[in-house]
Amino acid sequence: MTLRTEPFVINMGPVHPSTHGVFRMRVTLDGEVVVNLEPVFGYLHRGIEKLAEERTYTGFVPLTDRLDYVSSMSNNFGYCLAVEKLAGIEVPERAEYIRVIMTELQRIAAHLVSIGSFFNDCGAYFTPFLYMFRERERVIDLFEMTCGQRLLYNYMRPGGVSQDLPDEFMPALNKLIPQLKKYFEEYENLLQNNEILAARARGVGILPKELAINIGASGPTLRGSGIRWDIRRADPYSIYNRFEFDIPVGEQGDCYDRYRVRMEEMKQSLRIVEQAAKQVPAGPVRSKVPHLIRPPVGEAYSHIEAPTGDLGFYLVSDGGIAPYRCHIRAPSLMNLTALRDMIVGWKVQDAILTFGSFAITMGEVDR
Amino acid sequence: MNPWLNWVIFTIVILVFFLGSVIMFIYMERRVLGKMQARIGPNRVGPFGLLQAIADAVKVLMKEMVTPANADKVVYWLAPIVVFAPVLMVFAVVPFANGALLADLNIGILYVVAVGSISSIGVFMAGWSSSNKYATISAMRMVAAVVSYEIPLVLVIASVVVVSGSMSLNDIVLAQQNYPMLLLQPLAFLLMFIAGCAEINRSPFDLMEADSEIIAGFHTEYTGMKFAMFYLAEYGEAVAMSTIIATLFLGGWQGPFLPPWLWLVLKVFFVFFLMVWTRTTLPRVRIDQLMSLAWKFLFPLALINLVITGAEVLAYPLGIPWYFIFVNIAIGAVLVLLFSRLYKVGGGRVAVG
Amino acid sequence: MANILGSGIIKGMAVTLTNLFRPSPTTQYPEQRLTVSRRIRGTQLVWSMERCTGCATCARTCPQGVIRIVTHQGAKNMYEVDTFEVDSGYCIHCALCVEACPYDAIFMGYNYERAKYRRNELVMPKSDMAIEHEQASGYYHPDIARTLPEQTLLVNWEKNK
Repeated sequence: MTLRTEPFVINMGPVHPSTHGVFRMRVTLDGEVVVNLEPVFGYLHRGIEKLAEERTYTGFVPLTDRLDYVSSMSNNFGYCLAVEKLAGIEVPERAEYIRVIMTELQRIAAHLVSIGSFFNDCGAYFTPFLYMFRERERVIDLFEMTCGQRLLYNYMRPGGVSQDLPDEFMPALNKLIPQLKKYFEEYENLLQNNEILAARARGVGILPKELAINIGASGPTLRGSGIRWDIRRADPYSIYNRFEFDIPVGEQGDCYDRYRVRMEEMKQSLRIVEQAAKQVPAGPVRSKVPHLIRPPVGEAYSHIEAPTGDLGFYLVSDGGIAPYRCHIRAPSLMNLTALRDMIVGWKVQDAILTFGSFAITMGEVDR
Repeated sequence: MNPWLNWVIFTIVILVFFLGSVIMFIYMERRVLGKMQARIGPNRVGPFGLLQAIADAVKVLMKEMVTPANADKVVYWLAPIVVFAPVLMVFAVVPFANGALLADLNIGILYVVAVGSISSIGVFMAGWSSSNKYATISAMRMVAAVVSYEIPLVLVIASVVVVSGSMSLNDIVLAQQNYPMLLLQPLAFLLMFIAGCAEINRSPFDLMEADSEIIAGFHTEYTGMKFAMFYLAEYGEAVAMSTIIATLFLGGWQGPFLPPWLWLVLKVFFVFFLMVWTRTTLPRVRIDQLMSLAWKFLFPLALINLVITGAEVLAYPLGIPWYFIFVNIAIGAVLVLLFSRLYKVGGGRVAVG
Repeated sequence: MANILGSGIIKGMAVTLTNLFRPSPTTQYPEQRLTVSRRIRGTQLVWSMERCTGCATCARTCPQGVIRIVTHQGAKNMYEVDTFEVDSGYCIHCALCVEACPYDAIFMGYNYERAKYRRNELVMPKSDMAIEHEQASGYYHPDIARTLPEQTLLVNWEKNK
């Protein structure tokens, strides 16, 4: 006797404990094996690009916070670079250093969240997640000290940063660096050699090199596949060519490699912060910029290495006080396009794991 | 003693022990988990949050009972009871002191294994009847896991039975007069702990309640008191498994100075602490790895262990001499090292046409 | 060492065990309070009636357009502010208005506990925002920041324990 079996469709999300935000995967299952996967997004679409057309150039900065809400500083940075390029605004030296320190600290904070939630998807019951949030808290304390808020910083402005660092910042930063180093070591001990993690994540959810390039993946997702491509090196912006740092890459592009790349990147970010903290000069933090910026007619594209990848802002000016058009190149969205190819053939649990290893933020995907 | 009096006394003792340890287990799990995760854990209700489990129970009792429209009503309502009842039945053969147990069955441990696996039927009933896809997946996983892990579990228990020469739990405890079985059977303890964790769905084998994948597994659709029954049964199984491990390997009620029942309780909590500790640290395994661990790692090791134990007992029928403690530890270490080479997990992509 | 099955697991379990004996950085909020940042952009705006000239620069800067100002011409050809209202339900607390104000008349508030039961209670009239009885935060105003208590930092916490 043969039993009649049929694949069944299961909706993972938009409300599901493991989806990072309101993401929905329509998964067709044959037993435990995923035979088809259809990502559905757009649940968090707020029309940020359109909203930009109704805000002044400065007035859009707080809204960029809401793109990838775990890495607001990077978003601010990318946007301000684009405006500065469009309007030809000079940035004071001190502001450049502050920006670099802030973005690199933000990269650490964002990667901590990504790794933590990746482990949570793995099934390590909240332990790594909470440890990493504890260290993120240290970083976020510094952000709160500088700009008054803990998630949506709104710190950078076209032409510099909103205000100078407080006096307590540098001592706190000097204390933070050795503490983070110590805890990074602890994380390595916690799960790096764990046999179960290796079994779960090694060789799972492989993103081949060719596919990674073809879909335009960037950030740790691309570097996990073994491609040494980092905007900070490939197209240096701000003052990144003054610092020494390595670009960690993975070997085969599986979930484990993406996690390792993030882990190593945090250490490199800490190296950059260390160097920048020593070199930061005194001086003004904001150049004279008119209250309402009116850039000349034209367009500008500027991109940075955000924690998720190559975050680009494309601005078109018609000479008015608001951008005529603003387009945001969201790295999370580009990375997600490979999801189906990476998951089909694996089990449900791998689907969750692979999705978690991208560390996407729905705010950025849907914009 | 009058058998009826015996029955009444021990039913009360078992109920008190069971409910008391379930409440303490829930408290301990949450508190230790919290501490290990760099937070505090429940500390608001009662002194040190000791009454948290009771507050939760009251909350759960007040909840509305929701039955899904497409559910198979009878099975849906029956499932929590089928899950819960066998857990309680296990304690009938657990000795709290020398000879102090409800029924000194001469096949005590066999009874434990047999009764313990009934609750998986209840879980499958719950998963199937609630007409929820997540619950169905969870129920399937549960059955597969329990069927696989029963085999290494029984083999490990068999090696303990071979050493102690009896199936009655009381006699097994008495056989550990000089030193606990843990020292004589270190590998068996390891295997028993892993298989036991898998048997009662504790992390890292909690695939049936994998909240990041299948929401809450088989009890996704359950609310109110029915959910509480599952919750109680889950921790009840943990109590049962900890008690069995403590009885088989840690010498049960035996110990100096303190009264026997206190020793048993302390040992049960120690075993449960180990379970909480692994739950805090380890990620969850995948379903095919769960199977391969049972069949390719635990099963052969348990079999080898049984053969070695049998040989030792044949060679020394009057009791295994104490220096075999070191021999057995060495054998266990060598076997684990050997299997580190032989046993590989990972990969597992299935070609989809 | 690395290829012995279980060695990585034991390493990880040692980490969780050390954390069992470490003090937790969690605080019990309503009883234990941490000092917030001196530059906090909390849930409040503070406004100085004396300094405000009713120029409405803040209202024009606001990306959300939540500041509502109604003025009339008073004595000596100066504007007098009749209504100054911020709907803090729509406010995103970006503090661009604070930066924009040419007369330093608007500040972020130091208070962060302003939960309300109804949405319309979130609309702050000028009486709720008066600097006379609300503590202003040091955001963009270093002189106020100096008077506020120092923020508790987790990086300093480890030393004390």
